[in-house]
Amino acid sequence: MKPRVAVHKFSSCDGCQLAFLNLGEDLLTLFELVDVRHFAEAGPVDPSAEVDISFVEGSISTPDELERIRQVRNSSKYLVTIGACAVAGGLQALRNLADSGEWMAAVYASPEYIDTLGSVEPVSEYVKVDMELWGCPVNSRQLLAAIGSLLAGVVPREEHDSVCLECKRQGQACVMVAHSLPCMGPVTRSGCGALCPGVNRGCYGCYGPCEKPPTEVLAHWFTGLGQSDEQIAQRFLAFTPEAPAFYSTGRSRLTSDD
Amino acid sequence: MPNDNIASGFLPGQDLALLLTALAGQGYRCIGPTVRDGALVYDSLDGVEDLPSGVHIQQSPGSYRVEFNQGKRLFDWANGPQALKPLLFAPRELLWQVERSADGQLRFTQQTPESAPTAVIGVRACDLAALELQDRHFLETEIPDNCYGVRRHQLFLVAVNCTRPAETCFCVSTGDGPSARHGYDLVLDELDDGFIVQSGSARGNEILAQLELQPVSAQQRNAAADATAQAVDMQSRQLPGRNLRDQLFANLDHPHWEEVATRCLSCGNCTSVCPTCFCYRELEQPALDRESSRHYREWDSCFTQGHSYIHGFVVRPDTRLRYRQWLTHKLGGWHDQYGRSGCVGCGRCIAWCPVGIDITKEVSAITAPPE
Repeated sequence: MKPRVAVHKFSSCDGCQLAFLNLGEDLLTLFELVDVRHFAEAGPVDPSAEVDISFVEGSISTPDELERIRQVRNSSKYLVTIGACAVAGGLQALRNLADSGEWMAAVYASPEYIDTLGSVEPVSEYVKVDMELWGCPVNSRQLLAAIGSLLAGVVPREEHDSVCLECKRQGQACVMVAHSLPCMGPVTRSGCGALCPGVNRGCYGCYGPCEKPPTEVLAHWFTGLGQSDEQIAQRFLAFTPEAPAFYSTGRSRLTSDD
Repeated sequence: MPNDNIASGFLPGQDLALLLTALAGQGYRCIGPTVRDGALVYDSLDGVEDLPSGVHIQQSPGSYRVEFNQGKRLFDWANGPQALKPLLFAPRELLWQVERSADGQLRFTQQTPESAPTAVIGVRACDLAALELQDRHFLETEIPDNCYGVRRHQLFLVAVNCTRPAETCFCVSTGDGPSARHGYDLVLDELDDGFIVQSGSARGNEILAQLELQPVSAQQRNAAADATAQAVDMQSRQLPGRNLRDQLFANLDHPHWEEVATRCLSCGNCTSVCPTCFCYRELEQPALDRESSRHYREWDSCFTQGHSYIHGFVVRPDTRLRYRQWLTHKLGGWHDQYGRSGCVGCGRCIAWCPVGIDITKEVSAITAPPE
C-alpha cells in the first residue's frame, strides 16, 4: 500500500502549500508514490482521513482550529509542521503582542461574530509534532528532501546552520560589514538560499532561529549600528514571534524602559 | 639586483589592454577585481575599463567600505572578501551521481567540472601564499582532488604587488607579503604611469614576449621598491609569532576563549572568507523515486554543529570550543599537518567578521605570558 498523505491548512496564507504545487515534474512523481487523501488546494478533500503523514500549514488561532488539530493528530502517524505559522506562530501571532480584544472592537462593526483564542500559538503548543520545516514560506527543495527521506525510512537531515554560511557560499558580501545593515543572518536558520542579503537587504529572520542562535550578541551589535530597542524587537518578533530564542530577545526589548 | 634570467620590462599604463588581449589570444578567459554590491569581487573582464579605477577600500574590524576618488590607479586597494579559494575549491559542487540500472545494479559516475583556461588579474601575495597551502591540502596528497585539480591546472596568475595594505592587514608578520615572491605567472608593480612586469613561469614568458615592453629605468625600480617599503610600514597589526603552536596548546583552558565566545556569533564568516580554510561536508540529494542520487560537496565551517558531530554526540557544542578549534587548528595544528601556520595575514577574518573580532588581538591575549 502506498503511504497515505494529507496536507492540512490552519491560520495561514496558503503559501507553504504552494511549495508542493510548485514541485513541477516531481509533483507528478510524488502523486504516483503516495496516496494523497486530503489536500484541498490541490483537489482531494477528506479532512478526517487516516493517513501516514500529515503536513500542517498555519497556526492555531480559533477554537475550531484547536479541535481540528487534535483530530489531525489522532488520524496521522507522523505530523510535520510546515512554515513559520505552524512552527512558531507566524505573522498572525503578532496579535499576541497587542490587546486583540481592543483591536477587534476598533476594526469590526460586529466583533461578536469573531471567535478566536486569546493567543495565536504554534501547532506544537497543542499536539505532538514529529518534525518541523521552517520558512516563510517553506520551499520545494526542503519539502522534497523531507518527503524523500521519510519515504526511504530515514530521519530527514535537519538544516539548522545560520544563513551566513549559505550567503557566503553564494559569493555574497556580508551586508552588515559592507553596508552596516542590521541582518538576522547570523541567528537565522538556512534554507532560503540567503535571498535577502543577495539583493542587498538584511535578513528578516523568516526561517526562525538557527542552532544555538547568539541572539543577545547580535541584538547588542544592532544597538551599536544605531537600531532602537523597538526596531530590534521588530526584527526578532516579525515572522517567528513564538520561537523561544527570538521571543526572549525581542520581548525583553519591548518591555525595557526607554 | 635585476636577474637577467627573469624577463621583465615596463608596460605603459595605456597598454595594459595589450596584456588582456595577449591572454585572450592564448585562450584565457580573464577575470579580475570589479566592484559589486559594495565589495571588490572577481568577475569576468571585458576590458581594462572593468578594473576598479580610482578605488580605495577602508577596512577595519567588522567594516569594509569602497571609496571612489579621482586617482587613475587600478590596484590601489588591499583585497576583496574572497581570494582565489572559490575559483578552485567550489563553494558547492556535484562530485558524483549514482543510478540504478534495469538489472538493479548501481552505476556510479564521477563528475569532472567544466573548466576553461582562466587568467586572474590582481592576485595578492597573501592570496598566493594561501593558494600554496590549498594546493598542499588538495593536490599534494595520495589522492589528489579531481575537481580542484582540473581548475588549478588551467589557472594563469597575474599578481600585483600590494602598495596599500588595509588597516586589517598583517601579511608582514606572517611572512607572506606585501610583495609576491613566487607562485605567479606574471607579477606587476603598479606605478603612476604604468607597470613593471616580470615573469615567473614559462607561460608567463610567452605572454611577456607578446607585449612591447620598455626597459625598466632605475627610477622606476626605486619607485616600486619605495612603494613596497611603504606598504610594510603601513601595517600596524601583527601576530605574536610565526609558530604559536606550543603557546596555543599550552593555553587551552585560558579564560579568554570564553571571553571571545561572549562576542562571537559563531556564524562562520571568518572561515568562509579565509583563503586557506578547506573544511567541507558532503550531502546526498536522492531523486524522489530513489532510482538515482546526486552527491554534493559544499563549504562547511568548524563553527557549525555538524562539523563536530559524530554518531549521537557533538564534540564541540558551544562557541568557546568552536572558536578554539578554529584558532588552534589554523595557528597550531597546521604546523604539524602542512609545515607552517594556516594564516597568511590577509585580514579578511577581521574585516568580514560581522562583530569585528580581531584574530591578532585574541591570539595575543591568549598567548601573553601570565602577569
